[in-house]
Amino acid sequence: MVRDVTLGQFYPGNSFIHRLDPRSKILLLIGYLVIIFCTFNYLSLSLVTIFTLFYILISGVSPKIYLKSLKVIIVIVLITSVLNLFYGTGEPIWQWGIISITMNGINRAVFVTIRIVCLILASSCLTFTTSPTDLTDAIESLLKPIAKIHFPVHEVAMMMTLALRFVPTLLEETDKIMQAQKARGADMDSGNIVTRVKAFIPILIPLFVSAFRRAYDVATAMECRCYHGGAGRTRMKVLHMTKRDAAAFAVVALMISGVIVCNMMFPAVM
Amino acid sequence: MEFISAQNVCFSYSEIEDGKKAVNAVDGVSLDIKKGEFVALLGHNGCGKSTMAKHFNAMLVPDSGKVYVDGDDTSDEDKTYDIRRKVGLVQQNPDNQLVASIVEEDVAFGPENLGVPPQEIRLRVDEALKAVDMYEYRKNAPFKLSGGQKQRIAIAGVLAMQTECIVLDEPTAMLDPNGRNEVMSTLIKLNKKKNMTVVLITHYMDEAVLADRVVVMDNGRILTQGKPEEVFSQVELLKKHRLDVPQATELAYKLRGCGVKIDRLPLTTEDCVSMLEEVLG
Repeated sequence: MVRDVTLGQFYPGNSFIHRLDPRSKILLLIGYLVIIFCTFNYLSLSLVTIFTLFYILISGVSPKIYLKSLKVIIVIVLITSVLNLFYGTGEPIWQWGIISITMNGINRAVFVTIRIVCLILASSCLTFTTSPTDLTDAIESLLKPIAKIHFPVHEVAMMMTLALRFVPTLLEETDKIMQAQKARGADMDSGNIVTRVKAFIPILIPLFVSAFRRAYDVATAMECRCYHGGAGRTRMKVLHMTKRDAAAFAVVALMISGVIVCNMMFPAVM
Repeated sequence: MEFISAQNVCFSYSEIEDGKKAVNAVDGVSLDIKKGEFVALLGHNGCGKSTMAKHFNAMLVPDSGKVYVDGDDTSDEDKTYDIRRKVGLVQQNPDNQLVASIVEEDVAFGPENLGVPPQEIRLRVDEALKAVDMYEYRKNAPFKLSGGQKQRIAIAGVLAMQTECIVLDEPTAMLDPNGRNEVMSTLIKLNKKKNMTVVLITHYMDEAVLADRVVVMDNGRILTQGKPEEVFSQVELLKKHRLDVPQATELAYKLRGCGVKIDRLPLTTEDCVSMLEEVLG
């Protein structure tokens, strides 16, 4: 049961997006997220939407998986869009008591829905097409400038790598401890929420103890293999940008300028 | 020439408690290991064999006495990393010594720490994975592999650092018989073909039989040492210290006790079969 959880949810593949440098993917994602919130009329909004559909199609990951990632946030989307619907200003087009809907409210609701959906799809696209290790490598490389102000960039990246490495191991262990406690008669599936949370304590304590023991072993193993922090360390895989990345940057730049032009040429509805 | 030389090593984990002197985990051990030798360090739990293993690559430093690795004193902190790049240590739990979530990246961890250039790391990783027959699994996630495979990857991680000696602290204790065979045949191959010095710490007698030399420890001291046949012929001594002998030896020993004429105690099953054939005529 707990084994179904896949953190990061990486889907290996060989598409154009898979082969991009993870650093470019992160930078492009940031640019894209900013521009989503800078769409002020329907033309620029549809431009962003079309672009979103475009990269989903070329990412080589089934659209069904993207839909699954949207399922999780559907409640948030509904609540925010309904709230926005009633918060519009201007001439009401429909009124019932103190509740009124304006044109502005409808626009707000549509914009907010599409923006959140695009945001989730874009972030999913990054995690679907990039392996967790590539992601941490990219973060380490991008954060390198702030190492100058004594931010422990290498240490943070190493902690992320180790955490990701031990997610499946600890999940498996949780499963084992749960079975062991059930075999001794622990009841975890009945009672109200408080009793259930309490029933989880006999699982958490052994899990914590074992996690600390593992941490100690891992530290020994790392020391045995001459680990002494980031100084003087090399990497087997060196990240480098190619023409492919330049092309991706160009496409996104084109999209961004398209949005800016649309914003300037047509009146804003937001 | 001695590669590792331990001289009268004493070590205790705890400081003096309640006015009583703490018990020494290792109590005056002197041991020399030659280059290219396959040594098995044998003993039951708590006899100090794992503590000894950690002295060989400067993870622990003796309270008194000295350990030299290839001429370097392990208590010299400037030499610590030089020593660790010569002597690799593989631990018992295969899950707790793999660092990365992809096999080849884990094997690369050691050379990366040593600051080896990227192309060279690639070569070393491929070579190390081939040496332990795990090359085709290089892109896998370690948690999906069997215990024996994980332990072989841990060995590859040591090989990629191009160490001259590999110390293994009960590498097979958590493995099933298949995994145990995989690890043992890998070790024998490395010792014979690459002339790698191997120090195997174990409590399985059948594994110790495969070594060039067996060192038996008890209560932090060396009880006896020598070629496997010499050590295991001292059945009474081993039994007195609650240690087993290989099954084949045990059988022959008991037969001898019943009055059957046996001059030489066998060590392996094959040995035992031919011995029995001889006796039965």
